[in-house]
Amino acid sequence: MAQTNGKPRSFQEIILRLQTYWAGQGCAMMQPYDMEVGAGTFHPATTLRSLGSKPWAAAYVQPSRRPTDGRYGENPNRLQHYYQYQVLIKPSPPNLQDLYLGSLKAIGIDMDLHDIRFVEDDWESPTLGAWGLGWEVWCDGMEVSQFTYFQQVGGHDCAPVSGELTYGLERLAMYVLGVDHVMDMPFNDPAAPIPLSYGDVFRQTEQEYSRWNFDIANTEVLLRHFEEAEAECEAILSHPYEDPKTGQRIVMVHPAYDQCIKASHLFNLLDARGVISVTERQAYIGRVRALAKKCADAFVQTEAGGYAA
Amino acid sequence: MPDLLIELFSEEIPARMQARAAEDLKKRMTDALVEAGLTYGGAAGFATPRRLALAVEGLLATSPTTREERKGPRVDAPEKAIEGFLRGAGVTRDQLEVRDEKKGQVYYATITRPGRPAAEIVAEELEKIIRNFPWPKSMRWGAGSLRWVRPLHSILCILTDEMGEATVVDLEIDGIPAGNTTQGHRFMGEGAFAVSSFDDYRAKLRRDHVVLEAQERADHIWQDAGNQAFAAGLELVEDPGLLAEVSGLVEWPVVLMGQIGEDFLGLPGEVLQTSMREHQKFFSVRNPKTGRIERFVTVANVETADHGATILAGNQKVLSARLSDAKFFWENDLRLVRDKGLAGMAEGLSEVTFHNKLGSQAARIARIEALSRDLAPALGADVDMVGLAATVAKADLQSEMVYEFPELQGLMGRYYAEAEGLAPEIAAACEEHYSPLGPSDAAPTGAVSVAVALADKLDTLTGFWAIDEKPTGSKDPFALRRAGLGVIRIILANDLRLSLGQFVDAQLLRQKITLHRHKASSGEIDTLEEVVEEIADHGVFGAAFHAVMERLKAQDKAPEAGDGSVLNGVETSLPELSVDLLAFLHDRLKVHLRDEGIRHDVIDACLVMPRADDLTLLVKRAQALGAFLGSEDGENLLQGFKRANNILTQAEEKDGVEYSYGADAKFAESDEEKAIFAALDAAEPEIARALEAEDFAAAMAVMAGLRPAVDAFFEAVQINTDNQVLRRNRLNLLNRIRATCLQVADLTRIEG
Repeated sequence: MAQTNGKPRSFQEIILRLQTYWAGQGCAMMQPYDMEVGAGTFHPATTLRSLGSKPWAAAYVQPSRRPTDGRYGENPNRLQHYYQYQVLIKPSPPNLQDLYLGSLKAIGIDMDLHDIRFVEDDWESPTLGAWGLGWEVWCDGMEVSQFTYFQQVGGHDCAPVSGELTYGLERLAMYVLGVDHVMDMPFNDPAAPIPLSYGDVFRQTEQEYSRWNFDIANTEVLLRHFEEAEAECEAILSHPYEDPKTGQRIVMVHPAYDQCIKASHLFNLLDARGVISVTERQAYIGRVRALAKKCADAFVQTEAGGYAA
Repeated sequence: MPDLLIELFSEEIPARMQARAAEDLKKRMTDALVEAGLTYGGAAGFATPRRLALAVEGLLATSPTTREERKGPRVDAPEKAIEGFLRGAGVTRDQLEVRDEKKGQVYYATITRPGRPAAEIVAEELEKIIRNFPWPKSMRWGAGSLRWVRPLHSILCILTDEMGEATVVDLEIDGIPAGNTTQGHRFMGEGAFAVSSFDDYRAKLRRDHVVLEAQERADHIWQDAGNQAFAAGLELVEDPGLLAEVSGLVEWPVVLMGQIGEDFLGLPGEVLQTSMREHQKFFSVRNPKTGRIERFVTVANVETADHGATILAGNQKVLSARLSDAKFFWENDLRLVRDKGLAGMAEGLSEVTFHNKLGSQAARIARIEALSRDLAPALGADVDMVGLAATVAKADLQSEMVYEFPELQGLMGRYYAEAEGLAPEIAAACEEHYSPLGPSDAAPTGAVSVAVALADKLDTLTGFWAIDEKPTGSKDPFALRRAGLGVIRIILANDLRLSLGQFVDAQLLRQKITLHRHKASSGEIDTLEEVVEEIADHGVFGAAFHAVMERLKAQDKAPEAGDGSVLNGVETSLPELSVDLLAFLHDRLKVHLRDEGIRHDVIDACLVMPRADDLTLLVKRAQALGAFLGSEDGENLLQGFKRANNILTQAEEKDGVEYSYGADAKFAESDEEKAIFAALDAAEPEIARALEAEDFAAAMAVMAGLRPAVDAFFEAVQINTDNQVLRRNRLNLLNRIRATCLQVADLTRIEG
């Protein structure tokens, strides 16, 4: 069992404490989305649920992939696969900053010894057509979280506004645990019968993916998959809302959005392979954004998106 | 006379917006109060990361009552007119007054607007100000619709009377009622407290660890940091921008000085400084003996039981991670440069797009190299050294360090060129070819740097001219005005004598070749490349183009150049672009010279003279003319010229001919007429000599010397005589005077 006070001793204990804390604040404990994404924001529990008028509160860990950040497991701070902890509450509660500071206490950051600062950082996701205002939160000069009030997602104004918190788990944990190289960080309790480090779990996969991302991935296949995902997303959304078989109104947002997520990740892989020129980059980002916008348009036509027949 | 205190308490306001916001709150509120009739003694605005505050002292308790007298209709006017007047004035009939006037009895109404209590006015105006506050960026939060820079939590708004009695102004905005409470420091405060006046507010904030005045926070940081550095035998590196920013990130500044790991002290000082400032908002601390940066200063927002030890250790750790990155970049870059040289580093630039129409960075560098080689002889620089400098000057754009810190471009190039052992002139050119970047940045002076800097800017200008992306109005996304001013400042600072037109033509043609390379036939590109080579010989594009085409025709090798061909397109468009770009440079020069106090009409008079593309000559002429016009001789020159010119112009307009046929001295009748022929005969060679020597002042002095002869001539001789032969001869004589004077500048453009 995770200890509930004192310093945490492992990476997973920090995750468990965050889970316990945010569950205690009434968030639905979601699980990671089962697709490759670049950041926790892509999870439909954030992107889609931040749209429309229905209240929402969720928290989850999301494995995130950034192929260009791969360093074969050698860089102390950079990984092509890492974890984000994500909290989304809509409407943003007035005490969200205090709730956030409470989460830092929960993972053992003592406010009497550390310097916590909210430093301006406006957030923008060109691929999601989304932006918000907020801060990066600094602990003793280190960025430990992003704190954002969503203003627009998929080109739609957010009303009410969601408050989003994103913790870069490895970096935060390394700081709390006093570890200098991510691969040296205890993954489970160091006193466990089989103690495992982050490196025991992920060093090999970092090497494998770094090699594949940078040198091996078949760019023709990736390119084709990108085109296919794009076409499929649009095709799904072009169907009439009414299902001829059941006679029900079924807007197929999530299947379409899965294709948008795919296209986004395929773009990231192509980028890592170095086959996208500076000028093409903008065009690809624009294509993914167009899909995200269509999904957002469709989501607000669903019950979860606030549509009332 | 009460005092007003307002505090708008919110989540953290971006540091860069605080000072302006405090000023806006003060200005908008005091303007609104005065507009409503409430005068005040003094006002001050304040900002911290979590609050905007305004203190107004000596405010009127109520706005003054005002009376307005309004004249109405006559007593015997129709009932409807009288009722209309009553409605308009808002009075009843028994309040009207009847006065006898010449035209009969007339109604008068006195409209009284009673004064309003300050609280009412403040409430009204503050709501308007909050709802329309000019934040550079604002947001909504929760389920509300109010916009503020970050969520607004509370409003403190009180009026404190002379007895020290405070009243809350009755006000509520989007569910946030105004009150008399606030809170102090996020971590060191004791929770909410009530305040009764500005002094009370300020004192209680301080008790709860908030320094209200940004200047006081900045002073404290600067002094404490300076003292700590001094105590260690070091000195703080000045950085006013960073100081202002850091003062906006803390309510209770706590200055901590820390060590930079030994491993990193070998990095260039600029790298340490940039990394620490950009990523960590640290000040740099320098050893005054060695000039090396050895420590850092960070500013925390909190006092801790361990006197900042944990905070400092954390900051040091983050810094080490950052500097490890920087060191990694630096070492990788140095290794690459030692193995393959800057030229090797530059290789990847062919993959980097400069602009989708203007090709890759490598293509751009090749054009810059070609132009800088063209320029080198005129600058007295070694052509090959200039060529090499141009090819490596932007290599550092491919370095890992510049990728991470774009603001170090150029400077890293210098370090890497030095590491490669390139000539110091080349290393300097890597850094200096971007200059001048702004008014405070000097123009380069070394010949190699000058050649590359000029070529760099002219390539930018000709490129965007060639694709018709010129600056318009306030839009100048490619900073072309700055590039134009850069060209001017480099030329003038170095007294360069260049026929700019020739280099502009050549570079425009290189741009056209880049643009058309893929759609033109190879014969066309080859032809254009031959033309580029020959522009220097012919001085302009047009002549070179014709010469090359004639030669190719003679050899029966000329490519098709009819309508729609690339050759035809280039032939017609290039001269226009060149004229337009020179006009743009002349416009920039006008702005530049006007700032130096040279009149616009003086500049206009010189711009139309030959060789106006030699900017140094142009400025020399304008300066001489400007100075000369201020003197007595200048007045003589101008008046003599104008007198001759007026009479001649009138005659030319009347007769519809131009009197440019040489005057003949044998028709001179009077002594005065003969005298002016003699004077001109004597003056003309002198003027020619002076102009040849570009001694414009001397030429103008000679011209001014003609005035007595001109005046005497006009006194004695009637130009418009009946004898047509004599009249024509005299007009032709005036033309000779005019032509002589016009050699120095177009004096018709001089005002007054």
